[in-house]
Amino acid sequence: MFTLRRLAIALPTLFIIATASFFLMRAAPGGPFDAEADLEPAVLENIRAAYDLDKPLLEQYWIYLTNALSGDFGPSLVYKDFGVNELIAIGLPISAKLGLLAMIVALLLGGLCGIIAALRQNGIIDHIIMALAMTGIAIPSFVTAPILVLFFGLYLKLLPVAGWNDGAPANMVLPIIALALPQIAIIARLMRGGMLEVLQSNFVRTARAKGLRESHVILRHVMQTAAIPLVGYLGPALAGIMTGSLVIELIFNLPGVGRYFVQGALNRDYPLVMGVVVIYGALIIALNLLSDLAYAALDPRVRRGYR
Amino acid sequence: MVEPVLKIRDLSVSFAAGDQQLAAVSNVSFDLNEEECLGIVGESGSGKSQTFLAALGLLARNGRATGSVLYRGQEILNAPRHELDELRGNRLGMVFQDALSGLTPTMRIGQQLAESAERHLGMSPAEARARALEMLEIVSIPDPAQRLNAYPFELSGGMRQRVMIALAMICKPDVLIADEPTTALDVTVQAQILRLLDGLKRHTKTSVVMITHDLAVVAGLCDRILIMYGGRPVELGATAEIFSGPLHPYTAGLLRSMPTLSIDPEVDLPAIPGQPPDISQLPAGCAFAERCERASDRCLREDPLLTARTNARSVACHFPLDGN
Repeated sequence: MFTLRRLAIALPTLFIIATASFFLMRAAPGGPFDAEADLEPAVLENIRAAYDLDKPLLEQYWIYLTNALSGDFGPSLVYKDFGVNELIAIGLPISAKLGLLAMIVALLLGGLCGIIAALRQNGIIDHIIMALAMTGIAIPSFVTAPILVLFFGLYLKLLPVAGWNDGAPANMVLPIIALALPQIAIIARLMRGGMLEVLQSNFVRTARAKGLRESHVILRHVMQTAAIPLVGYLGPALAGIMTGSLVIELIFNLPGVGRYFVQGALNRDYPLVMGVVVIYGALIIALNLLSDLAYAALDPRVRRGYR
Repeated sequence: MVEPVLKIRDLSVSFAAGDQQLAAVSNVSFDLNEEECLGIVGESGSGKSQTFLAALGLLARNGRATGSVLYRGQEILNAPRHELDELRGNRLGMVFQDALSGLTPTMRIGQQLAESAERHLGMSPAEARARALEMLEIVSIPDPAQRLNAYPFELSGGMRQRVMIALAMICKPDVLIADEPTTALDVTVQAQILRLLDGLKRHTKTSVVMITHDLAVVAGLCDRILIMYGGRPVELGATAEIFSGPLHPYTAGLLRSMPTLSIDPEVDLPAIPGQPPDISQLPAGCAFAERCERASDRCLREDPLLTARTNARSVACHFPLDGN
């Protein structure tokens, strides 16, 4: 029931995303063929007609919507001979691999840092972790990425500075770290907050009054409850990583969807941008739904329809 | 004479607040005897709960305890965690006031009961589960087999408190400390829980400490009562004697303010004038002096100590009542 209701909201949301991105793209000044030097007016007319760009705006919107519904996002205006679907099919696996690995790294490292900080509350380790976390949240990834490249790539010469190299592990390390850093910071703070709140709750006192070892108290009584707010954050975290990847892929010159999106936007490649927006929108909605379901799985009060 | 189960001597508890230490409990000494039920009575902030949380090593992080708490001759105050863990939940059971927040919300109650039995009785998971089921039956929970799989939020307040009691009693402890076990419950459920505790007390050799602000609760249940005020013990004695002839003016005031069925509804219930003391600025003398009609200069200067009047009765007052 819960799932059905969420699905019913997802479709209209996606429709609004598609519509807004269409009209916003068209409202932006310039056009897809501005960069091509000195086209004859007649030639330009022919090209525009070939892509239906000469038709009234509302009719173009209709064509775009009906095609999109059948799963076709049309041809790219800039990458000649490529359809938007093909470009996304090439880029998405790469972006997904990066994003998923970054998410896993963020959860493991962020969760661990948060737990350690909470168990050492107000100690030196806690202060160091929290100071680092504040820094991680404050500095955007387009700043950390070049710094990482400078240090590990150019100065230490440990890792390649950019490129995909068919997904060689060494090439993925820096992009994943740059993507994960802000999420590690946010997750560490969430996990610490959740742990601290739970640690001083009455049921932890009960668990200690039962004579359970502290490790058992933490693992069985504290962690599951403390992780609940974290699971609720998974959806937004994935959205953050996906939007972060737009910039990161450009900086590291990775052939993912993000790079197509940024270049598509700069080139006014209307179908490409809208295709990526709709796919990303659908993914973010789906992942948020998954995160809510995980939340229900972890909290019996939600699962059994209490409250 | 038989050694007491718990021997508490000069127990003081303080909490760090900013750069000062707030005294929550000052120099409390008393014994808990074998198979006895001792009532600890006092208003909020009188230090009655903190006395026992300190004894079990369950104070909040900013709390500090000094003095001595002997369990069958073994010092347990500020004992190392592993020594405490052998006793807590095993020989010393504790029931807390709010059973909703006192039970882990994400764990089934069968598991919460069973883990104690596994830890202390060396039972296998299956044996521990059977023991948990048996405990739910003992505390009269209907459909006990089904309830094992329930989460705390799926039970009513009274049933949660029964689970709490089952939790504290699962290892057949020597001492059961019940901290306001009925305060969060409505009156009929209160009576059921008290009857349950009374029954458990009769059928086991467990000594019971009943912490409450309600004299009516201890009247029917406890053999002896310790009255606390402002973190200090003010009177100790057999329940019947204290009810019939209180020695401390505070005890007398408490008894006068107890409602009975024969009171005239048109007349206001007598109350002790003034407010309970602020533990951040306790007076040098008797904590009760400024509310006491018998107080003199001496009471403001000099803190009276709990001293034995007869073999079984003690009072902390410079000018006690005559007890009749």
